[in-house]
Amino acid sequence: MARKPLLEFTDSGIYCPQGKFYIDPWKPVDDAVITHAHSDHARFGSKRYLAHKLSEQVLLYRLGDIQLQTVEYGEKIMKNGVEISLYPAGHVIGSAQIRISYQDEIWVVSGDYKTEDDGISTPFEPVRCHHFISECTFGMPVYKWKPQKELFDDMNSWWCQNVKEGRASVVVGYSLGKAQRILQNLDLSIGKVYTHGVIENTNEALRRNGIILNPTTRITIDTPKEEVRKGIILAPPSSVGTPWMKKFNPYDFGYCSGWMSIRGAKKRRAADRGFVLSDHADWDGLISAIDATGCEKVYLTHGYTASFSRYLNEIGFDAHEVHTLYGDDEGEEEPIVLPEEVAINQTKEVAE
Amino acid sequence: MKAFAQLFLSLDETNKTNEKVKILKDYFLSVPDTDKMHMLALFSGRKPKRQINATLVRTWAMEMSHIPEWLFAESYQVVGDLAETIALLLPQNDKSSDKTLTEWIAEINDLGTKNDEEKKQWLLDSWAMLDNQERFVFNKLLTSSFRVGVSQSLVIKALADITNHDAATLTHRIMGKWMPEDYTFDQLVQEEGASDDVSRPYPFFLAYPIQETSEKQKSTDELQASLGNAGEWQAEWKWDGIRAQMIKRDGQIFIWSRGEDLATEKFPELHPFLNALPDGTVLDGEILSFSNGLPLPFNILQTRIGRKNLSKKILEESPVAVIAYDCLEYAGEDIRNKTQSERREILEGLQSVTEYPEIFRISSLIKFDSWIELEQERTRSREMVAEGIMLKRKTATYQVGRRRGDWWKWKIDPLSIDAVMIYAQKGHGRRADLYTDYTFAVWDGDKLVPFAKAYSGLTDEEIRKVDNFVKRNTLEKFGPVRTVKPQLVFEIGFEGINRSTRHKSGIALRFPRILRWRTDKPMEEADTIDTLKALLG
Repeated sequence: MARKPLLEFTDSGIYCPQGKFYIDPWKPVDDAVITHAHSDHARFGSKRYLAHKLSEQVLLYRLGDIQLQTVEYGEKIMKNGVEISLYPAGHVIGSAQIRISYQDEIWVVSGDYKTEDDGISTPFEPVRCHHFISECTFGMPVYKWKPQKELFDDMNSWWCQNVKEGRASVVVGYSLGKAQRILQNLDLSIGKVYTHGVIENTNEALRRNGIILNPTTRITIDTPKEEVRKGIILAPPSSVGTPWMKKFNPYDFGYCSGWMSIRGAKKRRAADRGFVLSDHADWDGLISAIDATGCEKVYLTHGYTASFSRYLNEIGFDAHEVHTLYGDDEGEEEPIVLPEEVAINQTKEVAE
Repeated sequence: MKAFAQLFLSLDETNKTNEKVKILKDYFLSVPDTDKMHMLALFSGRKPKRQINATLVRTWAMEMSHIPEWLFAESYQVVGDLAETIALLLPQNDKSSDKTLTEWIAEINDLGTKNDEEKKQWLLDSWAMLDNQERFVFNKLLTSSFRVGVSQSLVIKALADITNHDAATLTHRIMGKWMPEDYTFDQLVQEEGASDDVSRPYPFFLAYPIQETSEKQKSTDELQASLGNAGEWQAEWKWDGIRAQMIKRDGQIFIWSRGEDLATEKFPELHPFLNALPDGTVLDGEILSFSNGLPLPFNILQTRIGRKNLSKKILEESPVAVIAYDCLEYAGEDIRNKTQSERREILEGLQSVTEYPEIFRISSLIKFDSWIELEQERTRSREMVAEGIMLKRKTATYQVGRRRGDWWKWKIDPLSIDAVMIYAQKGHGRRADLYTDYTFAVWDGDKLVPFAKAYSGLTDEEIRKVDNFVKRNTLEKFGPVRTVKPQLVFEIGFEGINRSTRHKSGIALRFPRILRWRTDKPMEEADTIDTLKALLG
């Protein structure tokens, strides 16, 4: 008799029937193992959460008062006889691949990942397994990232140029991950770094978690605009075109996203500058990561699943598309924000 | 090429007009004169001839990037632009090149004499020495698909700033059938008179819409407030044909379309009357199909546009004539600075003596004493086979390009119908990788029959929502087309409707577009094929 698979794809998320827990469920469940704190992976309402130590404060900030257990990378946890351990995914600080092992079978759920070392997230580590559940947000060969050094050299010289011409520089990127990656790579001899409240809240959560970030200044009503204009402003995608951003006029805004590699997408964003900066693996990164697992089967959860699985099958992998609710935003453009989160952030920002 | 590629990128990265002009000026000041002329040619739609067919370019690109054909096709779907797709898929360049734009274009033009093997070697070598951005622009030149998101008027403004010529003169001087190989920068900017090219047309004067959309109706009071007294204006029907400028100089005739295409040979019926005009005459008007003295709908004319050879059958089924409405040159003199009324008088004089009054027609003036009367007249547009009314200030000079003030178009409201979206396809350019091209259907009993495709009319926010809907409600995939669960209802507007044997529904629409998303309507309440057919009249 064929054994039941160790993980299955259900209406509530990826489920381990043997261990009775879910990974990144999108409906409330009893036990949720979380790959990382982005809102399409870490959702509100489950009874118990398990995640990496470095996600702790961000999860508490985003999901409120939850029952949360945290672990180090490599630490083993048993649930109903099933062994769970977390390995670095390199996506954002505290992001993890979840390794599930039972008897002689090993599965790995990647969550979101990137293969390039960004200098702030623990670098991606390939984990050998039989079954690999992978994202493929940028699973098309037109997506190829340049080394981040080139990109940040561009960004720093853009900032310099703006300072010289008396314009504010606004850099737009997702508040968890992208914002800190940018922050750590800016050339602080040019000026100070100012942050939008949503980003600063995340920074504070990370600092509470013991992460050492470069100094930032939260923008409030009292922050002098002339000062800000000499620095650089980190802002979340939701702030584009809002009065909050417009008050920095004249400004140039740079949009940071993997989508910026396509001219059409760049034009849609109407950014002054598109920086091709992604926390997801590019085409080559995805293929090398999948290859390194030595897996027998690979399941693709979100992104260009149809094309990517077809290609993987052609080059000798056993690849399957699965339907999930991850990457509702197709990755990183406009992550789903829970109503609670908006409410929390708005009240906080108003209060300050 | 580096400078040109950077120009393209810089223009892409700003939406500010002043910034664009500055970028253009910097470019002009930094490149050799021959590059300036090539750039002007490209920016005014004069592309080099395609020397390698697109299929070969694709095949070689797939080879060089080790991509199977289907994946190439899907990558193209994602990117929405062939030149860009190839630029992104090729492996990174290991060499670089300092060749100028002029040198590259000369190499491209030389390919004509080479065989496929030589072309391939040249292309692979070229790709290997160009970076991503250069390749993109290079591929555009190579596949003759060069288009740029900056208006010609900005290019002219930059050029005017650095050469101390006025913009109107320069606009005129870059019109006509020159190529960068035979027109030098010195000739373009010489002090007196442009080089004496007898074929050169004048820049067209274009009207602004007086009401932006059909939802923003203008009342007669508002017309009075913004245009003043009705007596200061001349009104004509707005004809739905091909805008054309017709030239008779030195015994030669030229017909130019609005896209600056020389279309003389496409309209042989017009040759006798043009040849009979006095030398030094330039007319502006609309070419339409006519039968028994009445204009025919645009789709009849459409059947002969784009045909290489005009068969006898086509000439019989879709004979054309001109409705002239302006005269720009008379007795060899540029009369664009005379008033509308003065030019009209000259035009009437020319037309009254023609021996071809059936072919050389004149756009009759609509009689009206008040805006209220004109508003009444406008309701007759459809029966006149017109798109609405043109308003021209009697004292207007003939200006350059689209300007507010003296010429206005007052179009009739589109016809409309509520339809259900059933297929979707990804768009191109700034809509790449988003489902933006939709097919709509109406009810025929309990079946939905497709009758129109439309691409425009939704806001970016709405497009994002529909795109999301399509991705979550796909029933089947046929290549790039997705069959979508019928559910969303849209109001589709169009300018005209005709019977068609080429379409399943038996009808063809003119200018279909989305007027609005009817989120209030369930799909059962969409219109039926009978409602649509009733509009055929």
